Amino acid sequence: MRQTQGYRDRPDNSKTLLALGLSLGAVAIGYVIVNSMNQNRVASRPIDDAPVRTSKAKPTGNAAMVGRTITINRPRSELFAFWADFSNLPQFMQSLDSLSVDGDTAHWRIAAPMGRFVDMETRMTANVENEVLAWASTENSEMKAKGKVTFRDAPAGRGTELAAELSYVPPLGDVGRLIGKLFQTDPLIQGRRELRRFKMLMETGEIATNKNHKTQE
Amino acid sequence: MRALTWHGKHDVRMDTVPDPEIMNPRDAIIEVTSTAICGSDLHLFDGVIPGMMAGDILGHEFMGRVVDAGPGSTLKKGQRVVVPFVISCGKCFFCERAQFSACDNSNPAEKQDLSEPLYGHAMTGLFGYSHLTGGYPGGQAEYVRVPFSDVGPIVVPDGLDDDQVLFLSDILPTGWMAAKNADIEPGDTVAVWGCGPVGLFAIQSALLQGAGKVIAIDEYPGRLALAKGLGAEIIDFKRTHVREALMEMSGGLGPDAVIDAVGMESHGWAPDAIMDNIKQQVGIGADSAHALRQAIIAVRKGGRVSIPGVYGGYLDKFPLGALMEKGLQIRTGQTHVHKYLGELLHRIGEGEIDTTFLISHRLPLEDAVRGYENFRFNQNEWTKVVLKPGTEVRA
Repeated sequence: MRQTQGYRDRPDNSKTLLALGLSLGAVAIGYVIVNSMNQNRVASRPIDDAPVRTSKAKPTGNAAMVGRTITINRPRSELFAFWADFSNLPQFMQSLDSLSVDGDTAHWRIAAPMGRFVDMETRMTANVENEVLAWASTENSEMKAKGKVTFRDAPAGRGTELAAELSYVPPLGDVGRLIGKLFQTDPLIQGRRELRRFKMLMETGEIATNKNHKTQE
Repeated sequence: MRALTWHGKHDVRMDTVPDPEIMNPRDAIIEVTSTAICGSDLHLFDGVIPGMMAGDILGHEFMGRVVDAGPGSTLKKGQRVVVPFVISCGKCFFCERAQFSACDNSNPAEKQDLSEPLYGHAMTGLFGYSHLTGGYPGGQAEYVRVPFSDVGPIVVPDGLDDDQVLFLSDILPTGWMAAKNADIEPGDTVAVWGCGPVGLFAIQSALLQGAGKVIAIDEYPGRLALAKGLGAEIIDFKRTHVREALMEMSGGLGPDAVIDAVGMESHGWAPDAIMDNIKQQVGIGADSAHALRQAIIAVRKGGRVSIPGVYGGYLDKFPLGALMEKGLQIRTGQTHVHKYLGELLHRIGEGEIDTTFLISHRLPLEDAVRGYENFRFNQNEWTKVVLKPGTEVRA
């Protein structure tokens, strides 16, 4: 009597099935990865409400742009008036060796690494009272740079939200930028410190220091 | 002037350094009459706080007489003042909300870069406590420059002597705020880990704020005796299983609130404490937190966790599950000293709060190094060291 073909006697397909399963799985995982990479590519994602300077996308062009927002517990008009008079800037911009103002034009002498100076000439490009101040370097400037400060009321009587933006092409390009970072004269580092000093000066009337006596370095 | 300076782990020295001068309009110069060594100075002594530089003057608990004041100061020469260890401008968003230890303006602009990447926001300026908090020269010296002197220092009447009011500078308001952060309701059971100065003041404060029972946990008999003297029940963790004891001593409910007055150098021989200490030794920024873990496990469901103890880095094996599943609340932070000064000075004047019981040793400033060594290594007898500039070293 012929036995019915038992389970054990069937041709063994399990290895083939396993291989097929694995390759299907690999394809599926690959698809998911590629798909999510595409979806996550910064350029292909819908625009959000965050400022451009916080984007994960690499900046285009060779100008580095930095920016920072700070809340200052003083009225907008007072902050604007102080900043609009550029001759006040050396009071809180410690990297400024000197600054002279001639109408809409300003001459900045900025301390650079190893005892050098960079001379910059800028012209005012926007001046809307209590809202925005902007300036840009002229042909005569050693460094190409643009700056913009916007003022708006902070919520719930918290004073003013001040946003400062700076874009610049450092002398010597990327090498110059690296040197600037090493010597902490990079505009990003200087800029955030100067904003803090501006806030201190406006809120407290002085700039905090841990120096204990006047001859201390 | 003479000052106690930091030079490395377990290396502090008395040095001669230039006298301070008025640097900003709101500054004052104080001639120090009393200055204490704080438990948190021991973290600096042990080298576990980053951002120290050789030659930094230590000390953040001090008081003295005004010898000079800038045009923006409200202090007058000759006034006797206690100075908060937190430096606060009085004008920023945080100071306006009485969150003085979050002041935005007292840490110098370039120093803020040190702590902003570490914590997400820059720390506030403190006296004598590393360059993360501004690198301000501290008070274990003959003279101190006090910034924003129109906001911080509190003038004390001549009727109260130094020993009665010195601790307004830090540990008394810190203990008081630790109890406030525990949201104590009348009759509550409150457990306090650590019977150092802050723990002892937290015990005293918790009882004044209405706690029915305070249970103090430590290993040093001398410190436990001080806690008992203040009215606490005591647990010696070398002798007793702490969690089981706390359950039994709180009707099986667990304490309503727990206070970790130990901080980042918590010690003991539990496995987690040993791992923490190894990680601290190799410098990977881990805090030691055996006391905090035990406190979170011990507190009753829906209870409150108050952390006056100092932490600086990251923590492994944090019992977040217990925190969430038991519905706990945590409150912590550097002390908003200025907020509590008036009330606490009043209570001292009325005789409700005594701080002098704490002082075990009074030394000349010149003897500060010996003070550090003993406060660190003889914790049972040396509960609190007060340094007196201008007094003679006894042979």
